[in-house]
Amino acid sequence: MNVLEVKNLRVDIENKIILEGIDIALKSGESYIMFGPNGSGKSTLINTIIGIPQYKVISGKITFIGEDVTEKSIEERAKLGMSVAFQYPPEITGVKLSDILKVCLRKSQREDFSEEEKKLIEEFKLTEFLDRDINVGFSGGERKRSEILQMIFLRTKLILLDEPDSGVDVESLKLISTEIERYLENSGSSALIVTHKGDILEYIKAKYACILLEGVMHCFSNPKEIYETIKRSGYKECIACQERISGGWQT
Amino acid sequence: MIKDDRLTGIPHQILEGASAAGIDLGDEKRSATFLHVDQSTIFSKVGEFFKGKLELMDTKDALKKYRWLGEQVWKLVDRDKDEFTRRVAEDYSGGYFMRILPSEEVVFPLQSCLMITREKLEQRVHNIILAEEDSKAHIITSCVQHFNVAKAAHLGITEIYVKKGATFNFTMVHSWSEETMVRPRTGVLVEDKGTFVSNYICVRPVKDVQMYPVAYCNGEDSRVSFNSILYGNKNSSLDIGSKAVLNGRGSKAEMISRAIGRENAKVIVRGMIEGNNPDCKGHLECRGLIIDENSLVQSIPELIARKRGVEITHEAAVGKISEKEIEYLMTRNVVRDQAISMIIRGFMDVSIMGLPKALSDEVNRIVDLVAESS
Repeated sequence: MNVLEVKNLRVDIENKIILEGIDIALKSGESYIMFGPNGSGKSTLINTIIGIPQYKVISGKITFIGEDVTEKSIEERAKLGMSVAFQYPPEITGVKLSDILKVCLRKSQREDFSEEEKKLIEEFKLTEFLDRDINVGFSGGERKRSEILQMIFLRTKLILLDEPDSGVDVESLKLISTEIERYLENSGSSALIVTHKGDILEYIKAKYACILLEGVMHCFSNPKEIYETIKRSGYKECIACQERISGGWQT
Repeated sequence: MIKDDRLTGIPHQILEGASAAGIDLGDEKRSATFLHVDQSTIFSKVGEFFKGKLELMDTKDALKKYRWLGEQVWKLVDRDKDEFTRRVAEDYSGGYFMRILPSEEVVFPLQSCLMITREKLEQRVHNIILAEEDSKAHIITSCVQHFNVAKAAHLGITEIYVKKGATFNFTMVHSWSEETMVRPRTGVLVEDKGTFVSNYICVRPVKDVQMYPVAYCNGEDSRVSFNSILYGNKNSSLDIGSKAVLNGRGSKAEMISRAIGRENAKVIVRGMIEGNNPDCKGHLECRGLIIDENSLVQSIPELIARKRGVEITHEAAVGKISEKEIEYLMTRNVVRDQAISMIIRGFMDVSIMGLPKALSDEVNRIVDLVAESS
């Protein structure tokens, strides 16, 4: 069964078309990678799928576990089981990391973390950040660790990861990638990961990958092969090849 | 009413009102407790362990006990300042006199509760605090109106002397009601190496509060901080200012405010730092959030330099809640209203006040308590 289906999606921001003809079919329990240079529309796609209102769907459809969510609000999508780790999460003064983690765990603010949860927070090296305002003064790695831990605590059917490997030190990258993979394996959840680097492929077993270039999707093939071609010849050369799997990600 | 040294002798409704305003009735983590209800002081007690470290009694009793205290009265607040000071000078029902003895460090806070339980009462109190040389203490004072009272007025004069090397931390929590007029008038004198910290919290609806405490940093290396968390809601009108007069060499002032306006509230935050010594510094910071179209948040900073070398700065920002922050929380499966509440509560986080952890936790608890009951 497809967890996420995106059909012929066209998106604009402030009357400018950013995405055109996007098709995605993401199967339950699988993870797909979307490569693309900066400014190619990757974050726009993630923000559109999660339902941020500034990203307007002009045409096309987004279906999540069989339900048309194209017109649904962020909160409805979150309730259905969709979550996102942002590339640039906002700083919120006065709202502590522990407050958000408890929200993700559906705990009241007065409840304490369980021993297991405390252990995971410690593994993410975030224990000392629990009383800090979310993202305020966090380094790139700390933000990513916080975002991924929130995803794990939310335990949703689909996680959308916007550049989890950008601005992250090697150690943090290894930690978050390993934990994402562990979570996906144990939970059977699916992931759509957008990135302009391939470092994360070392740790995450993604089935397919594609390229998003100037708002249009290309190539549906083995992630490592695509990444090697991009590294060797660049995005434009890569999308010129004929060895793509036709028909989007449905195959 | 009679003065009692056991809380058990006090009517249940009064204890309930005091507790809702954050008064710790367990009494264990408080060094001293003072309760003034309507026009009488009904309870005044220093904890056993703290006897000999501090004194606490009604101002009228203190003026009878210490003749020299008369010299300290109406020195920091002008009795002819306005109609409200004149009314208190004319007649008042008491108030608290607190004295922290020299070199004593009082680890648990003193607590005071000034309560109104009678409809249309004008409560007039005069409080005096003496933080003697090298002493260290903090007080949490709750001004509260009982649930069954709709309309009242509170006029409170407070004069605070922070002597050489003393540190005094003054946290005031206001829990009035929608038909109450409040006019506190406060003056503070800070001597050499003295530190005064004022934390003012107003989170329940109130008809009208207008206050403008003034701290005179006359001492060398004296310090003053004014912090305020103002949640203007349900037609409240809050005109809250603070003024620091930096006369001493090396004196410093800091003012930090967080103001929220919603449901037809008007919140004006004033701050004035006056640098009269070539070696003094000040900083003023105000952030305001406006939640709807019918409210007003206004920041009025004033910086005055009278000597070369004065260094005073300010930063202010007022505006709406960031949509990006709301959306972020919504992606964490939080509904929109809950996301806004989390951001507002976070905005009122008392950690801006830089209180010691135990006191900060305590003040946060009180803010939660008072906010929940509003």
